[in-house]
Amino acid sequence: MSKSLANALIALGDDHLILGHRLSEWCGHAPMLEEDLSMPNMALDLLGQARNLYTYAGELEGEGRTEDDLAYLRKDREYKNLLLVERPNGDFAHTMLRQLYFAAFMQPYWQAAMQSKDATIAGFAAKAVKEIAYHIRHAGEWVVRLGDGTEESARRMKHAVDALHIYTDELFTVTDDMAICIERGLLPDPQAMRAEWQNTIAQIFDEALLTVPEVAFPQEGGRDGRHTEDFGHLLSELQYMQRAYPDMAW
Amino acid sequence: MYSQGLIGADTTTEETEEFLAAFQARIDREEKIEPNDPMPAAYRKTLIRQIGQHAHSEIVGMLPEGNWITRAPSLRRKLALLAKVQDEGGHGLYLYSAAETLGVSREQMTEELLAGKAKYSSIFNYPTPTWADIGAIGWLVDGAAIMNQVPLCRCSFGPYARAMVRICREESFHQRQGYELMMTLAKGTPEQKEMAQDALNRWWWPSLMMFGPSDSDSSHSDQSMKWKIKRFSNDELRQKFVDATVPQAELIGLTMPDPDLRWNEAKNGGQGGYDFGAIDWDEFWRVVKGGGPMNRDRIAARQKAWDDGAWVRDAALAHAEKRRARAASATLEAAE
Repeated sequence: MSKSLANALIALGDDHLILGHRLSEWCGHAPMLEEDLSMPNMALDLLGQARNLYTYAGELEGEGRTEDDLAYLRKDREYKNLLLVERPNGDFAHTMLRQLYFAAFMQPYWQAAMQSKDATIAGFAAKAVKEIAYHIRHAGEWVVRLGDGTEESARRMKHAVDALHIYTDELFTVTDDMAICIERGLLPDPQAMRAEWQNTIAQIFDEALLTVPEVAFPQEGGRDGRHTEDFGHLLSELQYMQRAYPDMAW
Repeated sequence: MYSQGLIGADTTTEETEEFLAAFQARIDREEKIEPNDPMPAAYRKTLIRQIGQHAHSEIVGMLPEGNWITRAPSLRRKLALLAKVQDEGGHGLYLYSAAETLGVSREQMTEELLAGKAKYSSIFNYPTPTWADIGAIGWLVDGAAIMNQVPLCRCSFGPYARAMVRICREESFHQRQGYELMMTLAKGTPEQKEMAQDALNRWWWPSLMMFGPSDSDSSHSDQSMKWKIKRFSNDELRQKFVDATVPQAELIGLTMPDPDLRWNEAKNGGQGGYDFGAIDWDEFWRVVKGGGPMNRDRIAARQKAWDDGAWVRDAALAHAEKRRARAASATLEAAE
């Protein structure tokens, strides 16, 4: 049991680590100074949640793995994050849309997780739910501004939707480990978030003059450790110090 | 931009002898000068130059440390570094706002930076090739910045002084964090200690240069002291920094890269202080004039962010305009 919960939490932790890492790549290079403050804010929230999730998963496993062992010392196939969160930043429209897709899922997820029978998870959720509300607002406002801004921004926003919408179905994947945790009332069922997610996206897209596309071929694989080509490059940067200087304290 | 009403406003004041004497008397009484107060054009110009340079230093300063955010060796360090670089962006924002109260816009200042007309601290024209550079910057660069900035909390211009109070508080936290990082490396494996020593070797002299030219060669000092924008001379602040920092290096077992460094009982009016070797002012001027290892890269990175972000800023303006127009036509319809 605790192994399943640990695995499910690691997958969730991976989503937060990888998206936080991607956002942090913007730091110092944002389109305006205000965004050089906002994107790190969101990245800090996500990375903080990743630390909590990994630390707790490590305790549940009981094999002595720390947050850093989990974050830095696994091979690519062992990371179970959604493909969506590992997609490269692209332009600012891509980054904000990716953030909105993820936050619109995580908000009802954390909301539901506050009822978890596991008090530690309920505690993480209570903190995260406040943070994620800001992510939806911030990213949602940008999607609207860019979608209904200039001709160029509308074109870029549409392009981002074309590029990223194909990864959104994976948000609702239920792995075997998750199914066991859902059954026991420890974690929410991602499938149960679908209606609210669709609703949030539809509302924002409506204001942003965007159309929710039909997806013929959804892309998935991250939950099973099958990643996109960009992921290895992300890991080579993330893990550089730990790999080049093994077994040292920092 | 709370000060927008002041940007481009007519700020000319007839600078009679009485006016200048009364202004100096206010300064001498330690009164704060506020944005709407009459002030000599040269006072305004000096502050715009200094606060603008300071803001640009915060923004350009995000780059050398930002270079390690994605490669930080632990989650704890990654969060701390990201938060620190974010703080620098926040400092840039307060400082641009303080400068805006003097009638210059952030956009104008940014364009001057990119055109090479406005300067920023030369220290950021050195590279950060190793993780230990993150420790060295926090410890030495932020340490030197604090020495410079604490007196600015009492600067005669109110908005600048108030911005500095908050900035100094955060900088001193960064300085302790950087020192703790260096300490961790210095007591780590021989390879880690070597990394720390190498970073100290590269950052020590440029940190001493951060205080600017010797008093005898500093072109802006006298008038700034009189106006109480500056409270201590470059050499006084540099000496304070050396005296505070040398024992910190000793404590963690690192060696300052200066064979001439020695304790001198007679220094500082008999309280004692360190004598140190000659600073390479040719290097200082070379880097100030654009010949440092990273000058071009830093401006290129800022230029790229500015250019790549133009469509985003345009879209935000266009969207705000559309909303205003819609709200106005809704009000009109309601009235009809």
